[in-house]
Amino acid sequence: MSSTMHNTAHLLEADFALFDSWEEKYEYLIDLGRDLKWPEGRLQAESMLIPGCQSRVWLDHAFQNGKIEFFAASEALIVKGLIAMLLKVYSGQSAADILAFQPDFIGRIGLSQHLSPTRSNGLFSMLNTLKSTAIAYQNA
Amino acid sequence: MSAPLAPRFSPPPPIDWAGIRADFPLIAGHDLIYFDNAASSQKPKVMLQAMEEMLSHSYANVHRGVHSLSQKATDQYEAARKTVARFINAADDAEVVFTSGATDSINTIAFSFGEAHIQPGDEILLSGMEHHANIVPWQLMAQRKGAVIKVIPVLDNGSLNLESLDALMGPKTKLLSLVWVSNSLGTVNPIPYIVQKAHAYGIPVLVDAAQAAPHMPLDVQAIDCDFMVFSAHKMCGPTGLGVLYGKRALFENLPPYRGGGDMIDRVSFEKTTFQGLPFRFEAGTPHILGAIAFAAVLDYLSNIGLGHIEERERQLSHSLRSQLKADFPQIQLIGTAPDSVSVVSFLLKGHHPLDVGVLLDNQNVAVRTGHHCCQPLMDRFGIPGTVRASLAFYNTEEEIQRFLLALRKTIHLLR
Repeated sequence: MSSTMHNTAHLLEADFALFDSWEEKYEYLIDLGRDLKWPEGRLQAESMLIPGCQSRVWLDHAFQNGKIEFFAASEALIVKGLIAMLLKVYSGQSAADILAFQPDFIGRIGLSQHLSPTRSNGLFSMLNTLKSTAIAYQNA
Repeated sequence: MSAPLAPRFSPPPPIDWAGIRADFPLIAGHDLIYFDNAASSQKPKVMLQAMEEMLSHSYANVHRGVHSLSQKATDQYEAARKTVARFINAADDAEVVFTSGATDSINTIAFSFGEAHIQPGDEILLSGMEHHANIVPWQLMAQRKGAVIKVIPVLDNGSLNLESLDALMGPKTKLLSLVWVSNSLGTVNPIPYIVQKAHAYGIPVLVDAAQAAPHMPLDVQAIDCDFMVFSAHKMCGPTGLGVLYGKRALFENLPPYRGGGDMIDRVSFEKTTFQGLPFRFEAGTPHILGAIAFAAVLDYLSNIGLGHIEERERQLSHSLRSQLKADFPQIQLIGTAPDSVSVVSFLLKGHHPLDVGVLLDNQNVAVRTGHHCCQPLMDRFGIPGTVRASLAFYNTEEEIQRFLLALRKTIHLLR
């Protein structure tokens, strides 16, 4: 199990714990989203769209030295923030670590309402896509 | 000394809107600002009471039981049909069919009318502001029968281009199916005028009244439409119940959509004959409880008066619209047709509707974001969706003020 993933998740949790109000939490989330950058020159294709989100969400990855690096973009700031949070934890990890990790930190941050499969922000299908990408590289 | 002239009419007593709001347990006395009424509206106590009453005292299956309980249930179910017929001023109770919702009603006509009247190359006329429920059933039928879909274009202000009607209607046009009030824009289409126009070409008209029925008096004879559909749950009634009205002359000659019990006259493996209206279109056990609860709700609404409801909802939505326009330069209203009711659709410039919806939700404001099942209309405006606030008569001006405050905070957080 990856201690990096747990450490990053703990750091995020600690960051969010600094805020008392939901307003500050969302401002922080939106700031995280603003930092999410799609690599310049990288094609953003229709086939990278994640289903189940009201805003369009693109997810792509690169596999190098046994680690999966993820790239994502979205039209909506809050969705970008949620994705940025996930990618801080999941990007640059090995397939085995990704598959072993339980994303409980989202609930502890107080954003678990965004994780329900019927919410239309795509976080649920985003997590599924991260995991299915990892499954594809499990034996690589 | 002569007595002062008595007023010829005493003014009607003012309507107790606060008392009416108190009839809705889910919102009365709560902080929630429920502005998602176009998706589904809240339910008054009378509906809960009607359901409890029926289940406690008169529930059984309808139509074929000889026992008195079944007879009692049948009487109530048929009385509910009569209440709906009166509510829309149908000439005949049998012209009212209970379905599972407006979607089911449109699918019924798309299938049955298609089977009876559509030949390859025939045309069905829709408009560019239709809900998917008034597009897809026709596309399915058109694929089956080789028909062609034509579309009345939408103008920039979200009203229909009525000047295009003459060019779009002709001998090949077999039916016009059109929304009365747009669920995405709030636009009220001039249905009586359009029906008259279509009839001049000999074209029957289906009116999708899903967003009209909750907000204004309905009179199918005055409008002279051939079919009208709406859903109970959008007008404070139960989910899973809808109405399909059809003018007898056209309706009774259509073949059934679904087969099953209750809709037959005589069944054998060689040949089955069908019942007439309305039972031909009510295969299987209907939504008995829903119909009876709906009748109680319609009586409740009629008691307030649909004219009063319309006036109040126009006032509330006008107030919201004009304050958004006057005080929020960052807001772009989508749909500014001269005639609209209940729905106020907008975009916060530079921001995705989803962000606005999430931040409003955190402030206990329920609005709808997205394409509102009108993707072709959103494409027409070149937008991914809108934020939609849709008001009901139990909403208040005070809620509008709180909504505007929540919107200010949302804008501040997204800046």
